[in-house]
Amino acid sequence: MTLLIQYTLLYASVLILVALGGCFSEHSGIINLGLEGIMVIGAMGGALTLKALGDFPAVVIIIATVLAAAICGMIYSMLLAVACIYFKSDQTIIGTAMNILGTALATVIVKAINISNNPDDVSSNVQYIQGKKALVFSVGDFRLNHFMIITFILLVVSYILLYKTRFGLRLMACGEHPQAADSVGINVYTMRLKGVLISGILGGIGGIAYITAGVSEWKFENGVAGFGFLALAVMIFGQWKPHRIALAALLFGCFRALSNVYSGLDFLTSLNLSSTIYNMMPYIISLIILALTSGNSRAPKAEGIPYEKGKR
Amino acid sequence: MDPNKKSLLKNDGFQSFLSSIVCILLGLLIGYIVLLFINPAGATKAILVIIKNFLKYPSYQAAMKYLGSTLVKAAPLLLCSLSVLFSYKTGLFNIGAAGQYAIGAGLCLYCALALRLPWFVCIVAAMLGGALLGVISGILKAFCNVNEVISGIMLNWISLYVVNMMLTPVKEESSHYTMNIANVNKDALLPSLGLNALFANNQYVTLALPLSVICAIVIFIILEKTKLGFELRATGLNKDAAKYSGMAEKSNTVLTLAIGGALAALGASLFYLSGYEQWSVTSSSVPAMGFNGIAAAFLGGLSPVGAIFSSFFIQHITEGGAYVDKTMYCSQISDLISSIIIYLCGFVLFMKHFMNNMLQKSENKKALKAASENKEGGEE
Repeated sequence: MTLLIQYTLLYASVLILVALGGCFSEHSGIINLGLEGIMVIGAMGGALTLKALGDFPAVVIIIATVLAAAICGMIYSMLLAVACIYFKSDQTIIGTAMNILGTALATVIVKAINISNNPDDVSSNVQYIQGKKALVFSVGDFRLNHFMIITFILLVVSYILLYKTRFGLRLMACGEHPQAADSVGINVYTMRLKGVLISGILGGIGGIAYITAGVSEWKFENGVAGFGFLALAVMIFGQWKPHRIALAALLFGCFRALSNVYSGLDFLTSLNLSSTIYNMMPYIISLIILALTSGNSRAPKAEGIPYEKGKR
Repeated sequence: MDPNKKSLLKNDGFQSFLSSIVCILLGLLIGYIVLLFINPAGATKAILVIIKNFLKYPSYQAAMKYLGSTLVKAAPLLLCSLSVLFSYKTGLFNIGAAGQYAIGAGLCLYCALALRLPWFVCIVAAMLGGALLGVISGILKAFCNVNEVISGIMLNWISLYVVNMMLTPVKEESSHYTMNIANVNKDALLPSLGLNALFANNQYVTLALPLSVICAIVIFIILEKTKLGFELRATGLNKDAAKYSGMAEKSNTVLTLAIGGALAALGASLFYLSGYEQWSVTSSSVPAMGFNGIAAAFLGGLSPVGAIFSSFFIQHITEGGAYVDKTMYCSQISDLISSIIIYLCGFVLFMKHFMNNMLQKSENKKALKAASENKEGGEE
């Protein structure tokens, strides 16, 4: 049971981070379907840092890894920002391209590094196990992960930033009614750029948190297995509000955790279901929940529509 | 002044073609730069290998044989891209093509291997399965307001696991691949119609090739020449206007995704029933074919005829990627190039806008010049 709670918290913190990323981007008016790609690139940056810093003190490792992941995610999210804000491209195409590109790019880079070290090594893993030990700490029986703390801090910061600061309110205005925002002197383009970049930062940190959640080293060929989209489902279920996102993430995280730990729970093993069922569970649950809750969605009104100054 | 030339540059189809060429060239260029970063020594050779693909074989026989193999995989890709572009015309982004493709593969292999049915029954079963997935996405979109991209992704993963589970009983005992159709049920193999003789007796070249091209033409006719196609396109351009003029926009949404799903699943059945490849029941990622279909659809300028060429091109560089020198690079470099191409396709609208602006400017100049000349002529 402790294992279940442990994994639920782990996956929930990843989902919260990435869903908050989506939330900032969508509140500014840009649908970020490229979160999955951002996660992969952030994860790559973080994993390479972890590998490079294997023997440093834990604090240095944590700070450097989170920073590296955040910066990689932010730079990668520029692809979305430039195309969709300034060139008014279709946000769905660009997001999809970013997802495919993220996995391909990370695989190419990681494999190139592995091959240059050893021509026979064709794996797409980064050897970060040594550095990963710095990320974990124990409280009694619980093995916790520093990302849970970081997530909690970022969750509170996001809530305050969105609802209690001038920046957050202006950001949301750009997603609800950009023309009105522009008419009172807010630069819609810059606000949207900031929204997307924040989502890149959060998505990148979410990426490294996700790949270090598993026991074994992550294969970059696999991308992040639809986790970015699960986060979007969490965001929609959370009605684009940080505190609700946190609750939704706990629910989804629990179902995701089940596929890792079901064999340790007696009442589940007695059901004798195949492991595939547990793998499918998070996706099925999210489809059902989306079907039930999307009807009266509180999505930002202007999301997905490129802003043009002269247009009525 | 040459009036023909002017009209060609203004032609929307020609502009799409030009934009696609620009996307391809830029994509290859960026791919080349990435290769240079990884290892400058072999970059030029590697990019040439990717572009050449089967042409690298000196003998005519071998080249034809591998051209055949590329075509065998280009046929399902074409159908996936048709699935994507057909839905896109109605304003829907069918990212679920990958899952519909997986379900198609699962159902056709199950019918062929477990139920021992002939090939055309397998194809129909696959198409029904794909259409069902499309209907689920469509209903969720039309009646529950669920974004079709998110439901599509969820369905992709669900169908991947379902197919793995469904095909486990028909896998080889010693491996995790499904049984070879040729050994179990020859009736389920697609008839070759003698086409294999054209490609140095490549036995995988079958009916699939002409059938996929016919599908492209049928989709073209449906979209451009029928009432249904007109309604679908109108719904895509402005949903509210379509609803106002009496079109059933909700059932059109469901119908579009159902047809899209059937197309992607047809692609899968045409591929797996050729016996070229077996399904691995431990697959942990959704088939890439569906996502490459998105690349092909946009690269082909969202036209069914363009998709025929773009599918071949995408498959061509994907196959070419398998030939790069593995001691320096990995084959994913071609995925990288095709994803860059999709990204650049997002800019096509901008490129067209840019071209039209340039044309407009040069025309304005000419008009001004002509006007001033006329004026001078009048004063004389």
